[in-house]
Amino acid sequence: MEIKVLGPGCANCHKMEETARAAVKELGIAATIEKISDMQEILKYTMSTPGLVVNGKLKHSGKPLPPVAKVKALLKEEA
Amino acid sequence: MLKDFAEYLTYSVIKLEHGSRLADVLEFFVYDTLKIFLLLSVIIFVVSIIRSYFPPEKTKKMLSHKKEFIGNVLAALLGIVTPFCSCSAVPLFIGFVEAGVPLGVTFSFLISSPMVNEIAVVLLWGLFGWKITAIYISTGLLVSIIAGLIIGRLRLEKWVEEYVYRIRTGQGQEVSKQAFRERLQYARWNTGDILKKVWLYIIAATGIGGFIHGYVPQDFLVRYAGPQNPFAVPVAVALGVPLYSNAAGVIPIVYALMEKGLSTGTVLAFMMAVTALSLPEMIILRKVLKVPLLAVFAGIMTVTIIVVGYLFNAIL
Repeated sequence: MEIKVLGPGCANCHKMEETARAAVKELGIAATIEKISDMQEILKYTMSTPGLVVNGKLKHSGKPLPPVAKVKALLKEEA
Repeated sequence: MLKDFAEYLTYSVIKLEHGSRLADVLEFFVYDTLKIFLLLSVIIFVVSIIRSYFPPEKTKKMLSHKKEFIGNVLAALLGIVTPFCSCSAVPLFIGFVEAGVPLGVTFSFLISSPMVNEIAVVLLWGLFGWKITAIYISTGLLVSIIAGLIIGRLRLEKWVEEYVYRIRTGQGQEVSKQAFRERLQYARWNTGDILKKVWLYIIAATGIGGFIHGYVPQDFLVRYAGPQNPFAVPVAVALGVPLYSNAAGVIPIVYALMEKGLSTGTVLAFMMAVTALSLPEMIILRKVLKVPLLAVFAGIMTVTIIVVGYLFNAIL
């Protein structure tokens, strides 16, 4: 599974990345997590950061941040 | 009901003397704190649900290639319902420009969105009543429309960073349609998130407010900041600039000050300066705007807000 966390580097984006890592670990799946801060790349998906992209599909964008349980459910949809 | 509880706590549980200053302060504090938390929770929850129907992608499409004026009015209105936080100001700005939203229209959105925000509105409503809140919202919209129109007319596109025009991104994606249950879930998280962020400020501010309410003489501020003092409005605006995003903490203090003679126009100008003219947001916007455009933006906002302050001091 290929996960991208979109965000220019604000506090919320770091939190989103941590949440994604925790979700992957709890699910015990194989996934790469990439942090995207390039505007061009971010805007291909969304204008509201932080964003979560799984296998090329936007699964979450903006605030409020989803908790780990929700991210797990979002990852499962794409598994 | 909340009033009864505050009274009960002050006089029956803690057994303070009726009419004593301390009792006054405590009653004010308990009542205001409860009222604000209750209002905040309910309204943030409702607003979060409404906002989930207005993602920025939709707003962008609606504003794309809109004409001057109609575009500015629409942008100011959409600013209220489109969720936006200053940390995504840069991608949002680029997205708007790329979709052909005119610069002035983009600014109407960028101004109204933080200014007419739910926290400010809830607090104004809870403490000052619906009339002042309605005045605040409508002048907030008016300020956004006018400032956006002026910026549009000045043709300042050359002062947008060049790279913004080079970014080509296409449509972007939308998160798959949310079920209503999911919207409720997000609204609950959002409410929790915001309360977690502001509760301490609110308690501190209602505490200070209670102290001012009980211990500062009734007409203390009339001499310094009443409608007669021509400097009250500009000073209030200058004080508001560094206080960004602390609307929650600022308003209870302002409320207590108003009781002591601070006039309505000054209060409104102060609130607008706090929410719409912020240093951190300027720094974020610097990534997409060159310094002269930022300066024009800040200048227009300052002047309009000060005019609003004087106007309401004169007519209210």
